[in-house]
Amino acid sequence: MNALIITLAALTPVSRLWRGASAFSIDFPMTLTGAPPESPPASRQPADGPPILRLRVAGVCVARGGRRVLENVDFRLAGGGALVVTGRNGVGKSTLLRALAGLLPLAAGTIALEGGGADDDFTRLSHYLAHADGMKAALSVGENLDFWAAYLGRERDARSRPATEALAAVGLSHALHAPFGALSAGQKRRAALARLLVVWRPLWLLDEPLTALDRASREKIAQIMQAHCALGGLIVAATHESLGLDGVAELALGAPA
Amino acid sequence: MTSAIVALFAREWRIARRIGGSGAMGVVFFLTLVVIVPFAVGPDPNLLARIGPAILWIAALLASLLAFDRLFQADAEDGSLDLLHMGETPLEVAVLVKCAAHWMATGLPLIFAAPFLGLMLQQERMALLGVVATLLVGTPALTLIGAIGAAATVTVRRGGLLMALLVLPLTIPVLIFGVSAAEAAAGGPVPFLSPFAILCAITLVAAALCPFAAAAALRHLGE
Repeated sequence: MNALIITLAALTPVSRLWRGASAFSIDFPMTLTGAPPESPPASRQPADGPPILRLRVAGVCVARGGRRVLENVDFRLAGGGALVVTGRNGVGKSTLLRALAGLLPLAAGTIALEGGGADDDFTRLSHYLAHADGMKAALSVGENLDFWAAYLGRERDARSRPATEALAAVGLSHALHAPFGALSAGQKRRAALARLLVVWRPLWLLDEPLTALDRASREKIAQIMQAHCALGGLIVAATHESLGLDGVAELALGAPA
Repeated sequence: MTSAIVALFAREWRIARRIGGSGAMGVVFFLTLVVIVPFAVGPDPNLLARIGPAILWIAALLASLLAFDRLFQADAEDGSLDLLHMGETPLEVAVLVKCAAHWMATGLPLIFAAPFLGLMLQQERMALLGVVATLLVGTPALTLIGAIGAAATVTVRRGGLLMALLVLPLTIPVLIFGVSAAEAAAGGPVPFLSPFAILCAITLVAAALCPFAAAAALRHLGE
């Protein structure tokens, strides 16, 4: 297994190796598979770019409706890293992502995104893509994206991209003026993913991002995620499918109930 | 944050305009209510002139109630509500902006329609002015109070009736002072300014408190 990972790591571009290793530790009841090797500490701080972000999740417990859904989730993820959360249905993958997005109160534990700026407020530093797309059917795709760019954007970051570029990246250039409601399910999903590109936020929280996407679109999305990691971003995705990324750590939720 | 507020207002306004319905439907409902009252109370011009302001106010209240249930529910269904939590703008401000856009789209048309419907109820010129002035000042309070009900029932399927039950008792002060100011304008024992000033105060208090209540409800229900 280790040999395989090292081989994979050797095949990834050098830049990704330098910037994108994920430190990763896990406690009961999680299991850990396929963590990428740690890069040497000196390489963590690229001379030109912003400081490397670190997401630390320690002892997180979340209760919903009086029942503990998550118990003692621990992991760490460094900038450039991606983490796939797996587990059977109803095990709390979406709950974990909502808690990471700051939408659920923690019953115990801490979530911290270090190195993100003055306030380190992880809610303002993360993009959350839920099952619902968060777009208005009555507005055009471009209007939807422009709205979220204005609403979610703090100050304009050089890594934020205009709506036209974001749509081109997901292969929807032709749909800029189309009403969002007129798109197919897969196109809606891609337009929702384009939202992540119009405002730079380092932490992406993706809940089943590949639903309804065809093979070509999946490859496009994989490239987008790869580029996001290369810029020092972090991805936490809950999915049952392969994201198509190299060097992805896995967090398997769910002790036997 | 300013650009976020402008963007949110523009989005809400655009959606209200494009989906249409809510503003025009409110006006048609308003018209229907005002038209059926004379059938119930009888076509006596003196009686209608006396109770006209009250009829217009009750009809405006019920008509504005129509559109509240979608205020946050549409956002909750398509996932926008979660993302509104995640912006730089505090949720309270976002609620206030949504209320402002909602009032522009549904409240203002009622105010424009009110004088024409008042003519059907034998209202004098001063009475018409009084009704328009009180509606202009009072309907924002209705929208803000309605926002609490809309936020509290955001996760309830078909929560429209529950919302009406929650909101209507809270609107009683607005109704009392709105109607008394409108009647005072038509010429009554009370000077116009005293109930009108209280109506203004109610709207200001609602603007200060209701966004917090509605945002607290949305936060709690989002969990």
